[in-house]
Amino acid sequence: MTAKTLFDKIWDAHVVKQVEDGPNVLYIDRHFIHEVTSPVAFLGLKNRGLPVFRPDKTTATPDHNVPTINQHLSVKDELSRHQLEMLKTNCTEHGIVHHDLGSEGHGIVHIIGPEMGLTQPGMDIVCGDSHTSTHGAFGAIAFGIGTSEVEMVLASQCIMQPKPKKMKITVNGKIGKGVSAKDIALYIISKISASGGTGYFIEYAGSAITGLSMEGRMTLCNLSIESGARGGMIAPDETTFEYIKGREFAPKGADWDKALATWKELKTDSDAVFDTELTYDAADIEPMITYGTNPGMGIGVSQNIPTTEGMGGSDKTTFEKSLQYMGFAAGDSIKGKTVDYVFLGSCTNGRIEDFREFAAFVKGKEKAPNITAWLVPGSKQVENQIREEGLIPILEEAGFELRQPGCSACLAMNDDKIPTGKYSVSTSNRNFEGRQGPGARTLLASPLTAAAAAVTGVISDPREMM
Amino acid sequence: MAYDKFNKIISSAVPLQIENVDTDQIIPARFLKAVERKGFGDNLFRDWRYEKNGSAKEGFPLNNKNYSGKILVGAKNFGSGSSREHAAWAIYDYGFRVVVSSFFADIFKGNALNNGLLPVVVTPDFLQKIFDAIETDANAIFEVDLEKQKFTISSTGESIDFEINPYKKHCLQNGLDDIDYLVDLKNEIAAFEVA
Repeated sequence: MTAKTLFDKIWDAHVVKQVEDGPNVLYIDRHFIHEVTSPVAFLGLKNRGLPVFRPDKTTATPDHNVPTINQHLSVKDELSRHQLEMLKTNCTEHGIVHHDLGSEGHGIVHIIGPEMGLTQPGMDIVCGDSHTSTHGAFGAIAFGIGTSEVEMVLASQCIMQPKPKKMKITVNGKIGKGVSAKDIALYIISKISASGGTGYFIEYAGSAITGLSMEGRMTLCNLSIESGARGGMIAPDETTFEYIKGREFAPKGADWDKALATWKELKTDSDAVFDTELTYDAADIEPMITYGTNPGMGIGVSQNIPTTEGMGGSDKTTFEKSLQYMGFAAGDSIKGKTVDYVFLGSCTNGRIEDFREFAAFVKGKEKAPNITAWLVPGSKQVENQIREEGLIPILEEAGFELRQPGCSACLAMNDDKIPTGKYSVSTSNRNFEGRQGPGARTLLASPLTAAAAAVTGVISDPREMM
Repeated sequence: MAYDKFNKIISSAVPLQIENVDTDQIIPARFLKAVERKGFGDNLFRDWRYEKNGSAKEGFPLNNKNYSGKILVGAKNFGSGSSREHAAWAIYDYGFRVVVSSFFADIFKGNALNNGLLPVVVTPDFLQKIFDAIETDANAIFEVDLEKQKFTISSTGESIDFEINPYKKHCLQNGLDDIDYLVDLKNEIAAFEVA
């Protein structure tokens, strides 16, 4: 038998049919939907007179445009409110479980799925959101799809996909103090660029990866799409099984034993071949921060913004356009740059571990007066956990307050918009022009680096304050 | 989603020589609040195209009256970022039927193909020739022949073959989408579930 990668094994097990000269018909185990990319899909079903084929395999929650304060009140923005209502109506009509705003199950789709144990090894998972790659942390194939494909899943529980190429990224060694999964991800993307992973599905391996918690693994896999890769995955291990065990939708009793036996087999064969293999050393990775307008434009926080030396043609033009937008000069030190906003949250860094790290860092320190900080838990469950663990008084004493769950300032579809020209150190996933609001300037970083900026008011190296 | 059958397009083109055009530029997130698929073309490239007060930004190619046509010529890594299909809808709704680049982001490419918008991948050298042809003559005509999978610069006669999956080509030529195909496959899918 041919040696297979973990990706091959899971993918091949889900192929219903290979279309002649065409894509694979891929059966989907788990489908998540939210308010923004699903309404047109439901409308499509209605126009065709089709039912939802397998409603029990889809889970819904509104996240993209929900407010993060006063969630008990009616949503003010009319269009957002309408989208939330449509999601609810569509779910009710088709018998889909819907975790509404304010409910205990509410949160960002990519946070609640793993929390509830809906995300499991060996599954293939899709959602009309590119950061579906998050779920790959569990040894699942998970990727974002468009609305036409959401409609396909609703109508048939399948989508049509060509099989991507396979890339293995190994990070050996142990990450240093103050360095997190976010830094590993930004480091990799800075090496391969924001398009270097296009056409590929990544498997992450190596001791620096297996040493990560599930939260860290989710952060890393979440950012796979920022290299252009459709998704990223990590072979499941004891850390994975430990996380899943006992969660609401995790297998129980004899089913658990059976599932565990299957999950333990989910790994790449030793002689399997990848289309591309890259290896990095964890010791080379320092806390990272982006200075430009795509996630590939990242540097270590102690480094200077690159110069245009050796750049030519459109690369140089694109680089200069980016720095102009950011208001930075080539060759400048990034450290010491003034910051206006700090955002902790999103499907990238809105989990409990991120809040623990942030709180531990700011404990006994004080928020800088020039900083507006938005701390947005990824889910109601994360919010509850923050309270139960006693993090609120620590945050409040340092001058921070907690908001309510949602995607928030990551893409600024709600009121959490960074004003034009202002600098935001953000734990989210994209630093595109205007991503956090028209004219907003985003610097992506880890929760620790965000915390360091929050208490100093400028870009700072968290390692110097730990 | 129903779209026009694609056969051959003979048209001038709009040049957008910017790399890494992400979906947040194509259609910013704040315009994703509609629950129907219409009107997105008005907000295509919103923040590059308009000032905050709504007046057109001078210098942006879509606002340049010299440029028009059904072909949008982008630079490397076009369509990166989010999975929002609204990006493909906005480009189609504006009136484009073809997007040319040397390199497309995966999800955007799939979304385009599912909506009757043909993504044409050409070599970086040929892409530059297209930009040069438009610079020489803003009304330069290009021919996109899906059947022959050929993109031609009419003024110079230079052409390049492009790739497309045969299944997707068939869908585009006939205005078909995958949903009909999948719904017809229901028995096989149900059998797969119990296997």
